[in-house]
Formats: sequence, structure tokens, C-alpha cells
Amino acid sequence: MTTTETLRRRVQLWFGPQHPGITGNMSVQAWLEGDTLTQGITHVGYLHRAFEKLMERRKFIQSFPIVCRICVPEPDTNEYLLAAALEELSGLDREVPEKALWIRTLVLEMSRLAAMLQVLGGHVGSMGLGVVPNWTYTLRDYVLDRFEELTGARVYHMYTVFGGVRRDLPEGFAERMETEVLAKIEAKLPVIDNAIFDSSVFRKRAIGVGVVPEEWADEMGISGPVVRAMGIPRDTRKDFPYLKYPELDFEVVTTTGSDIYARAWIRRQEIAQSVDLIRQILRRMPTEGPYCAKLPNMLTWTIPPGQTYVRAEASRGEMGYYVVTDGSDKMRRVHVRGPSYVHGVSLLERLIPGTNIADLSPLMVSLQTCPPEIER
Amino acid sequence: MSLKNTLAPFSAWMQAFSKPFTVPDEPGVRPGAPRYRGWHINDRETCIGCGTCAEICQNVAIDMVPVDEPTKGDSGLRPKVDYGRCCWCALCVDVCPSGSLAMSNEYVWVDHDGDAFRYTPGVDEKPWDGAELGWRKDEGFDIVDHERVPMGHLDPEERIHTWAEVVVGYTEEEARREAARCVECGLCVAACPAHMHIPDYIAAIRDGDDVRALNVIYDNNSMPEMCGKVCTRRCESVCSIGVNGDPLAIRWLKRYVTERFDDLKSVLDVDVERVGEGRKIAVIGGGPSGITVAYYLAIRGFEVTIHEALPQLGGATFFGIPKYRFPMPSLEKQIKLLEDAGVKIVTNHRVEGDELRRMLEENDAVFIGTGLMKPYRLGAEGEDLPGVVYALDLLRDKNIGREVEVGERVVVVGGGNVAIDAARVSRRLGAEVTIAYRRRIVDMPADDEEIEDAEAEGVEIIPQAIPLRVERTDDGRLDFVWGPAEMVPSDRGRPRPKLIEGVEHHMVVDRVIVAIGQSADHSWMPPDIAEKVADAKGWITVDHNGMTGHRGIFAGGDLVNDTADAISAIADGLRAVEGIQRFLGILPEREETEPEIPVITVR
Repeated sequence: MTTTETLRRRVQLWFGPQHPGITGNMSVQAWLEGDTLTQGITHVGYLHRAFEKLMERRKFIQSFPIVCRICVPEPDTNEYLLAAALEELSGLDREVPEKALWIRTLVLEMSRLAAMLQVLGGHVGSMGLGVVPNWTYTLRDYVLDRFEELTGARVYHMYTVFGGVRRDLPEGFAERMETEVLAKIEAKLPVIDNAIFDSSVFRKRAIGVGVVPEEWADEMGISGPVVRAMGIPRDTRKDFPYLKYPELDFEVVTTTGSDIYARAWIRRQEIAQSVDLIRQILRRMPTEGPYCAKLPNMLTWTIPPGQTYVRAEASRGEMGYYVVTDGSDKMRRVHVRGPSYVHGVSLLERLIPGTNIADLSPLMVSLQTCPPEIER
Repeated sequence: MSLKNTLAPFSAWMQAFSKPFTVPDEPGVRPGAPRYRGWHINDRETCIGCGTCAEICQNVAIDMVPVDEPTKGDSGLRPKVDYGRCCWCALCVDVCPSGSLAMSNEYVWVDHDGDAFRYTPGVDEKPWDGAELGWRKDEGFDIVDHERVPMGHLDPEERIHTWAEVVVGYTEEEARREAARCVECGLCVAACPAHMHIPDYIAAIRDGDDVRALNVIYDNNSMPEMCGKVCTRRCESVCSIGVNGDPLAIRWLKRYVTERFDDLKSVLDVDVERVGEGRKIAVIGGGPSGITVAYYLAIRGFEVTIHEALPQLGGATFFGIPKYRFPMPSLEKQIKLLEDAGVKIVTNHRVEGDELRRMLEENDAVFIGTGLMKPYRLGAEGEDLPGVVYALDLLRDKNIGREVEVGERVVVVGGGNVAIDAARVSRRLGAEVTIAYRRRIVDMPADDEEIEDAEAEGVEIIPQAIPLRVERTDDGRLDFVWGPAEMVPSDRGRPRPKLIEGVEHHMVVDRVIVAIGQSADHSWMPPDIAEKVADAKGWITVDHNGMTGHRGIFAGGDLVNDTADAISAIADGLRAVEGIQRFLGILPEREETEPEIPVITVR
């Protein structure tokens, strides 16, 4: 084969970093034969702001407005984990009031809900079906309205802080949550089902595409909807219970198939699950009592030497924070373990060979990558 | 694929008949949520310019810029926010000690000029000034600690039977915890007459480095143990944490550090040039100002001699302040440091006659810090009866170890710290004590804590009581006659007491103790020198070097300042330390821009 022929057969293509089909700012350097991808190398770093290093040079309280940036669509997991890690190391965890634990659980479930609505729209949007994302993004905005009311901001909430949360639940929050958000989502879900899961177009493009072999689950540390779509009931909320999850009534959603369709279906089911959990939380949450422990002076707060790893279930999978303190007023080391590294880099690169170019976007969305989480 | 799968998606068309999701309003019409974090607002009057907002801002988006003239407790600076950096986390609002900073729920602002997005809230007018809604400080969430670590006191019942110190002092753990409350704004430094490096030594205490703390303290205070026990603590009155909580216990922290070390010389790391070798300085009066001058000049190589009329150095802190507040070992420790620094101390020596003239000839400069030793007279009939005494005499006699007797029942006239001291001392001598004060309790110049302590010890305070006369009773006791006063407005600001005519109250006592202030006594100076040094009323005016109208004579302490407390005397001493060096040509003349009380350091 001549060089020209090779070139004709093998085209190199840069997909991203600025591309509507990409999940955030990252890029895939892909090689094509015809319209089939033969190889793909992921390139990240476009969002690198050195979060971990920044935090090593900031006081604990100053680190807290930073972490929400590690995943824009779902910042609260980061806020909770940083707080949980430092509370554990400082002994403050024993003083977090009951109400704060409930509000934290609520906020985590709200952010999972918002993120899953977004990515469910992304599933179909990446296939060129623009209608469903309009609905799901609007539903997500309704969740953000409640976030705005509760935390004072729509996207970067900066709400969960050491000792509890920053503000109490506003009056009438539960009612507004029910009528303005949960009821609307529930009303829309059957319509979404019709438009996605019963659509022959979506089924054709999603079933059997992007199959992740089950044996990779442990080998690569896959978590979240990706692993649950394999039929493995892995969920941090059940496996390593935290906050008020042990007191809530829910089952881990699983299915089989391990393809794009299965992962979308898991998300669809978990949206309903989140709606139910938020109802349970709002019903059982105490109405009285403090929402934050008495804090020491945050400008001079020091934490004894120690290290810990804390984890929580984000919509993408297991999110973890490894934090080392050395007795000073800053963290010695903080390592953010997000599911995106596994899903968006290692797994994606393995799945690319043999994939049709048109399926790359749906595949990436189904793995749900948050690039800043890869390049902390 | 079934037929259903082909048809089902078309159900989406049904949505065409539902209410649209999109908001038809113009952008900016939708208001932010009630606690939305929008553009900053600041109450210029409530803000104290402490800069804690700038300190906590992790983006360095806040600059403190000069806006008003600085006053005590207000730096005159106001936060200027750079919205190119701000991340809207509102930590600045949550940390704001005065509660002046907030965020409005306004979030739309269009401007073609990028530099417009840096403004000083509350100073640069904005449409959202005075917005009702937005992010506000909330009671349930506090990121600074507003509660002081409580200080242990001896039980009042117990302490009136002893001369032991009333205040127990912080333990190491308590001191570290209290020190950690500081936000290091530095408003206290400006309020302290001596401009002690307060946030620096508090930080050292917090970090567990007491040696460093002690060295920082000795930078510009050579009697810190005294200040740690009895200072009037202007610093605490301006503490930013104190605006909405308990101010830092700055005095108790200083006390904690200074009490930790017995041999000061071995801990202090003095590193200054001995520029004064071969020069001689005489200090007349061994009070706080004189001790300050002597110590800081001696470590610079000057040959300093202190002349003190009483048997012990310390001035009012020795003869005036009772030992349950400032015990003798603490004073002796500070005097030992002076001796270690090479200061010659001559006690029981009252300078008189032509001695001052001779001193001026023999020394390069003379410092006078003789204080106010002549009590004001009551000006009421019967003042000269035996049994009517002056508080200063009583306190002095007690402190130098003379036998003091006050009888069973005592009335103290006055409302200052000396009056309280006299009352509490009398209480310890076994008397029932009443304080009669002309104005209201809130007007009393005495320290609030002192008043509380006195009341706890059973001292009764009668406010608005004007002494009319003192009479001798048949059984040899005294009848103290006083009349009630009403408060009337006065053109000098605070209300003035006015005697209600025709009403007389009688109180039979054994002693009437007069504590209504004291004045200077310059009879020891040669008249021609005294004329140049002091005015007709005895007040001494000094220039920026601390020098009096007579060349080579410097002065400080109660003679010079009108605040009459130890820390002001120390500040005067510091001014003279530098002034004397300027006078002798060792230091260049003072620049206009330099502060009057110098910031000196010995490290």
C-alpha cells in the first residue's frame, strides 16, 4: 500500500476541545478508516487550574469556594466531600447537627437529579434529537431555581461547609420543591420515555453500542450508572453509607446490556429514584434546630496531622477525596478521585476502536465525563 | 423494532399544545432569589475598615482603599471589590465582623468599560445600594469565634479576705484557644498608645511560640507584665471581633506570656546597636515612662540612672495599684530586667533644690516622669478632720507596707480607678464600703470590669451623690453628708450633675476617702527651670521629640498626657527614647510623615 493510499484510508481527526458533541473541554485525537474509528487518544488539560495545588496554599475555608469548580454540573459532591474529610480529621464531625446532615443529603440528591436530567438530555442531544434536551434542561433549571433559593446561587452553590451548611432551609421550601420541581418532572417522565426509550431511532443507535465488558468493572474501577448498567449493584450510597442514606428507603437500580441504552435507562430510573428520595428527605427532615455547628475562627483554624479518604455517590459514579493534614492551617495534600478519569480517559480510549464516528458523542455522553475532574 | 417504537416518538407533538417553558420576560427582569449572592453593598458608617473581608477572600478580589480619615477603631479604609476576580462565594459577608458588608440580589449590570467593574460598595453609588434582598449574615452561621475564653476569678467571698491576685490567668490551652480567635486586622495597634505589635504576638501565642511572643511584646513595652494585668486596654475597645461579640482578651494574653518566664534576660533576644556608648542620661521618677526610657536607652549603650523618691521603682504601678491586681513579684521581675540592662537605680532619693541643675550639667539629657502626686481637694467643709484621707496616701501606705486602718465603715468619693482601688482595699481591710460618685455609673471613668469586681466584693455604689460636708459625730466618728444630683445637659457634651437643693442624706462612717484626681507638683525643681518646663497649672507640654520648653529636659507620663494611664506613659517614654537620640544627633530629625509615637523594635 502506498503512503497516499494509507493516508486515504487512515484519516486523523481532532474531535474537540471546542465541539458541541464533546462533554466539556477535552478532545479526542481519533484515527478513522472510512467512518470507523481505529484509535483514539484523549487529550485533557484545557481546564487545568491546579485545584489540588491551589488548595495546598489556601486556608481550609478558602479552599471551599474552589472545589465546586471541579464538576460544574454537580458541584455539591465536592463541597460535601471536602467538608466531610476535614470534619473527620478535625473531630468536627461529631458536632455536625442532625438538621445539617439532612440538608446535606437533600443537596446531594438535588445535585444528582440536576446532573442526571442534564445528561439524559445529552444522551439524545448527541444523536441529533434536540427536543428532549430542551425538556430536560428546563427541568434541570427548575432544580436550579430551588438551589438558588436555598444556596444563593444557581450553579456554584458554595453551600455545604465544615460543620454543616451555610443557611437554613427557607420557609415553604418543601412545598415549592414538590409543586415547582418534583411534580413537573414526574409529569414529564412518561413523555420523555416515549421520545427516548420507545423511539426506534434511539434504540437503533443505542442498543449494542459502546458495550463495556463486565470483567473491566473491577479491573478499571468503573462505578456509577456505567457499572450498574452491567447488572452490578454497586452504589456508594449503599456500599459505604454516609449522611442520612441508611435511613432512606431505596434500591440500587440495575439492568443488563452495558450499552448506551442501558446506561440511559439507569439514569432515567435514577431520576425517578431521586425524586422519591427528595420527597422522603423533606418529609423526615427536622424543622427545628441549628444547621451548622459552632465553628472556630476559620482564619486561624488548624487541623491535627492525619489522612483520610471519604467517598460519595455522584451521578457519574464514586467520587472520593483523599486529604492529608499536617497540623497547619492548610491541607498538606488533597487528591480528588473522580469517576471521570476512569470513564473519560481509560475506558473511552479502550472503547473507541471499532466505534462509528457518529457514535463517539453518544458514547462519551453515556460515560458522563466531567473534564475538570480529570485535570484537578 | 415494533410499530410502537415507530409511533411513540410522535407523541412529542402533543407538547406543542402545552405552556412553553421559556420565560417571555426581558433579561434582567427576573429578580434574584431572596438570598441571591449578587453585587456587594456596604454600610459605610457601620464598616470599621478592618479588612477581614480582604483577608478571607481567596481570590484577592478585595482591596482596602482609603476613603475616610482614620479614627480610633476605624481604619478609614473601605473594601473595593474587583469583579474580574470575585467568585461570589460571600465569605466576605459571612466573616464581616461589623456586619456592614452584604450582597444584594441584583445580578445584571452592563457597562462597556471593564474598569467600571471595580467599585467600593457604599462609597461609589450603585442602583442596588439599599437593596432589601440578597445574601446577609445569618445568626446560625459564624466563621469567627465571638465568645471569649472565660477568665477565672477568685470567688468574691474568698478574695475579700486575701491580698492574692483576683484574676487566675489563662492556662496554656486556654491562651492558645483565645489567641486563635484573632483575625489580625490590626485596629488594636492604632488604638494602643504605644502601638504594640498586638496581632504579631497573638499569632505567636496561637502558634505556641511564647518566646517569640515575649520578644515581640518587648519591642516597645518594657513593663508588659504590668500591662498584662492592669492595662486600660484601649486595644480591646476597638477590637473588630468585639463589635458583635467579646473582644479578644488582649490583656490576658499578654499576661499569660509574660507570666511564663521568670528570667526575662535569658529569653529576650536584644539586637540593637549600642549607639549611646559614653552618653549619660538621668531619669527622675521611676514610673512606667521613666522605666521605658531607662530600659530602651540602656540597651542602646546609654548610661542611665533612675532617681526614685519611694523605696521601690514602679511609680503608680507600685504605690497606687493594689497588690491583688499587680503583685510585687511581677514588678520585681521587671525591675530586675532593668538592672540586667545596666540601669543604675537610686531609690529613696527625692531630687530637690539645685540638683536638677547639676544633673543637666552632668548628663546629656534628663527625663522627667514624676507623675501626679498631689491629690485634688474635695472642697467641702470638714475636709481637714482627722479620718478624711486621700486615696493615694492610703494606697501608698498600704503598698509600702505601713500599718493601715480604715475602721468599720468607709465612704470613697470619686469614680475613677483610684476610687475603686481604694474601695476594694478598704473592703479587704474589713470595712463596709460605699462609693459616692457625682455622675451616673455609666459615666464612671473606672474600668467596667473593675466596677463589676468591686460590686461583686460587696462595695455599694451610690451614683449622683454630691458631697456637701463632713461632720464629727459625738462618738468620734464622721458624718458624711451628701445631696442627690440630677443630670442636666451640658454644653461640654456629657450631662453634668446638678445638686437637688434641700435634700440631705447622712452616712456615719469611720473614714472618708477622697479620690477625685490628682495634680502635678513641681516644687522640687528650681523655679527658673520649672517656669520653662511647665505652665501655670503645672501641665507640661512637649514637642514631637518629647522635649519640654527647657533644652535637654524631656518629660512623659501623667505629667504630659491627659489619659493618665500606664500605657500612655510607656508611649511617652518611647517618644522620648527616640527624641533623646534625635536631640543628641544619633538619629536624624523626624520627618513629617513619621508617626509621633515611633514604632521601635529591638530585634
